[in-house]
Amino acid sequence: MSQQEHIGPSTEELVVEAREALRDRTRRRAARLGDHFKREWQIYVLLLPTILWFALFLYKPMYGLQIAFKDYSIFRGIDGSPWIGFEHFRTLFENDQFLRAIRNTVIISFFTLLFGFPAPIILALMFNEILNQTYKRAAQTIVYLPHFISTVIIAGIVITAFSPSAGIVNTVLEWLGMDPVYFLTKPEWFRPIFIGSGIWQEAGFQSIVYLAAIAGVNPSLYESAVVDGASRWQMVWKVTLPSILPTIIIMLIIRIGNLLEVGFELIILLYQPATYETADVINTFIYRQGLQQGQYDLAAAAGLFNAVVAFVLVMTANTISKRVSRTSLW
Amino acid sequence: MANMNLYSRGDKWFVIANMVLVGLFTIATLYPFLYIAAVSFSSGFAAAAGTVVLTPVNFTIAAYERVLSEPEFWRSYANTFIYTFGGTAVSLLIIIPGAYALSRPQLIGRRFWNLFVAFTMWFNAGLIPFFLNMRDLGLLDSYFGIIIGFALNAFNIILLRNFFESIPSSFEEAARMDGANEFQVLWKVYVPLSKPAIATITLFCIVARWNGFFWAMVLLQSEDKIPLQVYLRQLIAELSDDEEFTSTLISAAYSVETVTAAIIVCSIIPVLLIYPWVQKYFNKGILLGGVKE
Repeated sequence: MSQQEHIGPSTEELVVEAREALRDRTRRRAARLGDHFKREWQIYVLLLPTILWFALFLYKPMYGLQIAFKDYSIFRGIDGSPWIGFEHFRTLFENDQFLRAIRNTVIISFFTLLFGFPAPIILALMFNEILNQTYKRAAQTIVYLPHFISTVIIAGIVITAFSPSAGIVNTVLEWLGMDPVYFLTKPEWFRPIFIGSGIWQEAGFQSIVYLAAIAGVNPSLYESAVVDGASRWQMVWKVTLPSILPTIIIMLIIRIGNLLEVGFELIILLYQPATYETADVINTFIYRQGLQQGQYDLAAAAGLFNAVVAFVLVMTANTISKRVSRTSLW
Repeated sequence: MANMNLYSRGDKWFVIANMVLVGLFTIATLYPFLYIAAVSFSSGFAAAAGTVVLTPVNFTIAAYERVLSEPEFWRSYANTFIYTFGGTAVSLLIIIPGAYALSRPQLIGRRFWNLFVAFTMWFNAGLIPFFLNMRDLGLLDSYFGIIIGFALNAFNIILLRNFFESIPSSFEEAARMDGANEFQVLWKVYVPLSKPAIATITLFCIVARWNGFFWAMVLLQSEDKIPLQVYLRQLIAELSDDEEFTSTLISAAYSVETVTAAIIVCSIIPVLLIYPWVQKYFNKGILLGGVKE
């Protein structure tokens, strides 16, 4: 077996050599690393609080997510509770309330997208067509304002305005000779009210992005449109809108990535058992099951399901966004 | 920016119709605020009977007297200030150094640390594990828990980091020649140059803190620690759940509606006061870092 003549060093010698080289390199690298830390330790001091915070408040809960697969009891703690596999997920998918929550989440997201997405675009186009700068600025100042108002206040305004006896909406209905409606107890009214108040609160502020895009449109495009005898209306459709299309696409992709993030805080404030049928979404379901009724493990499983779907959506949106922004923005 | 003479064609109707539509949307945005203000100054009877439309009916400040005489109102108002300013200060104290470190090219594992931060924008453990974690850390029902537990988020750090990265290194070279260390470079060079970005983040923190209610509602049990928004929510819950309670107050000078409206007005006033300053910054600021990772 060993009769082969050696021309170069043997395998063993090679290994030893390589090992030494490696050790040498490691040693040098360690020395360099030591130097680096000695020189640059201040950067790590500056970074430390941020890393600690993320570890403690966002990554540690991810470790706690394992209770979705455990029979969690407060006394045994996260580590001590026994594993039960996918039991909670089975329970969830046999639970009508959870299935209803998924359905409601999808429906509310869809209609929020359908009505809420075009609203700021239309608003930005309209702002752009206003000649009087004072008028424009005043209108903008007002429509941006609701963005800075608390959800609780939004809910307070909605509840007051739609109140059966006292609210302005029913006062107007009465003028029109119609019977008052107790809107917030009617399942069929929940989604329109919720989505409408979302548009009322955010459309103005979201229009800022599109206004910035419009500001970047090349003025010569308008000039040549004028030469071609285009009307204002035609310019909106043929110049402004196509020019801001890349921004619209990017914003659409971002929105799709955040599709599951229905504003559950507002839902918690507005819904009641009478409207759960159309109002209860995944996050409100988690809130009730987990934080109100203490079924932490089951609620954590619902949360994990939500987070995984959201993650897939965001990643897909991100990938598409990168591709789109490369091909259509530049 | 379209040129004025482009508009002076025969499109007058278009311009006018557009102005009217924008005007209507603006009024629709403004109206609920005016309505709430009108309710807050109306008598309880008028409000409960639904006669308030735009101006106060049977003008009275009874609702405000009731609100302002409530010690819980003042307590929760003070708490909101503590959470807002304490929380914002803590946030900035962590975010500014963190974003600076993440922007430094010599940081070992820079890509990893940036991903460590950015990943939390894409994946979140959710309500329950976050809650249990706060409980395990002993941060339930504490001022400190609310202040530290919500101090950071990936978006603000990335926004500021991007801004720091956009500052040419020539600015710091003079300071380096003078032997400045990292702390001094950050404090004397980067912070002054980043005022607009820092102002934007400060604004985001203040608005989020001032308006935050969900976690305060979940994590705080003691009545004397709750912020204004949670106090307001308790009143609103009464308003929407308890129809009968409302009707028993119909003859009173104030009703649940007018009291709630008065608290809403009191809670919006500070926002209106800083709004001009806010406006100055968010136009520039929000686009600064973009959503680039």
